[in-house]
Amino acid sequence: MNLTLKIWRQKDAQSKGKMVDYKVTEISEHMSFLEMMDVLNEQLINSGEEPVAFDHDCREGICGMCSMYINGEAHGPDRGVTTCQLHMRMFKDGDTITIEPFRAKAFPVLKDLVVDRGAFDRIQHAGGYISVNTSGNTQDANSLPISKHAADEAMDAATCIGCGACVASCKNSSAMLFVGAKVSQYALLPQGQVEATDRVRNMVAQMDLEGFGNCTNTGACEVECPKGISLENIARMNRELLKSNF
Amino acid sequence: MSGFFKSSIGRKYAMALSAFFLMFFLLQHFAINILSVFSPDAFNEASHFMGTFWAVQYLLQPILIFGVIYHFVMGFYLEIKNKNARVVKYAKNNGAANSSWMSRNMIYSGLAILAFLVLHFIDFWLPELNTKYIQGNMSGLLADGESFRYYEELVHKFVNPIRVIAYVIAFVFLSLHLMHGFSSAFQSAGVTSMRKEKLQIFGKAYAIIIPLGFIFIAIYHHFNH
Repeated sequence: MNLTLKIWRQKDAQSKGKMVDYKVTEISEHMSFLEMMDVLNEQLINSGEEPVAFDHDCREGICGMCSMYINGEAHGPDRGVTTCQLHMRMFKDGDTITIEPFRAKAFPVLKDLVVDRGAFDRIQHAGGYISVNTSGNTQDANSLPISKHAADEAMDAATCIGCGACVASCKNSSAMLFVGAKVSQYALLPQGQVEATDRVRNMVAQMDLEGFGNCTNTGACEVECPKGISLENIARMNRELLKSNF
Repeated sequence: MSGFFKSSIGRKYAMALSAFFLMFFLLQHFAINILSVFSPDAFNEASHFMGTFWAVQYLLQPILIFGVIYHFVMGFYLEIKNKNARVVKYAKNNGAANSSWMSRNMIYSGLAILAFLVLHFIDFWLPELNTKYIQGNMSGLLADGESFRYYEELVHKFVNPIRVIAYVIAFVFLSLHLMHGFSSAFQSAGVTSMRKEKLQIFGKAYAIIIPLGFIFIAIYHHFNH
């Protein structure tokens, strides 16, 4: 298939970017979206132009590195997939595809389609962990009884790969689905109870400090999340924060 | 606890609490107004009670005023803050693919409701304050001194078709606001996920029945004055 691509080009974090049009030809419908981008970049390199910078790593939908806003949606029009798992069969011959970086004040653009998602790391550092003595006498996690329901819900929350699609999709650039998932995965388990109060307070405080917007429950994040993280996690985080004040 | 209400989530709780109060107020307002269709006397009695009972006047009314002001001021404040959280806008954004129109446009339906409230205050609330607290007439009676004035005042307001149209439009916006706002308030309060089916159905029913009821009252009195 032959396509027209409208891509955000930005030299560096300080420069002002703009949308630039490119043509790609003979794209197979079996290619992944990133493979299509590889074809474009080969074309650009062969013609002596700067290739389009974009984040990617595992290309298996599990690392959370790829982060494009395609035709007005994070990770494109498909559901439950990251950009690397989006295939060209989702598009038609002759289509014009708009490709932009994830946009949020807390995710500054570094170059072209690459954004700095360090804000998520700092939120994790603020409390997204449990403190365990690893000096050799660590207790086996399986020695603690956990209900199947709680284990399943915690696992579902823990599948968040921190890609930032929730922030990118939210009209308010809110990070509450991400933080809700990270709070929930510990709040549901006995290992997470000891530091529960500080965890939710510190993570929410860091989230606010990073400049993310406020959630207005549009639910866009849940729809666009490649891992299907549920809004239930935001409700749980809200309860956890309220509980931490008593 | 003061730090809690300064956090983004604390503000969500506060917005939800004010929304719960406003939705409860709307329900009781509707319950009294619908009496005007079936029994003018019952409407007069209920209106007189609400307009003169001390607990309503000096306890619930100030809470209502605070709730309305807080909900609007915080709504605008959060909207501005949220807009600032994305400095460069998307060249192409397909919001319809992942969220409802109502959820994305709460600020506009809210603005329409605010405009309606200004009209509503000029129509009913300011004359009520004037009669009761400036003229000092707490009797609730017409100039003849025999019958209550509330039903007459209500019907008189809906004679003008322009006002009826304005009310109908405002209640359509109220319905759109509640379509998202009802379940959103529960989600914000951490009660449960807004995606829960029963909550969604109940919220949608509330968002349709109550505004539709107010529209019916306005149209009924317009054609039966």
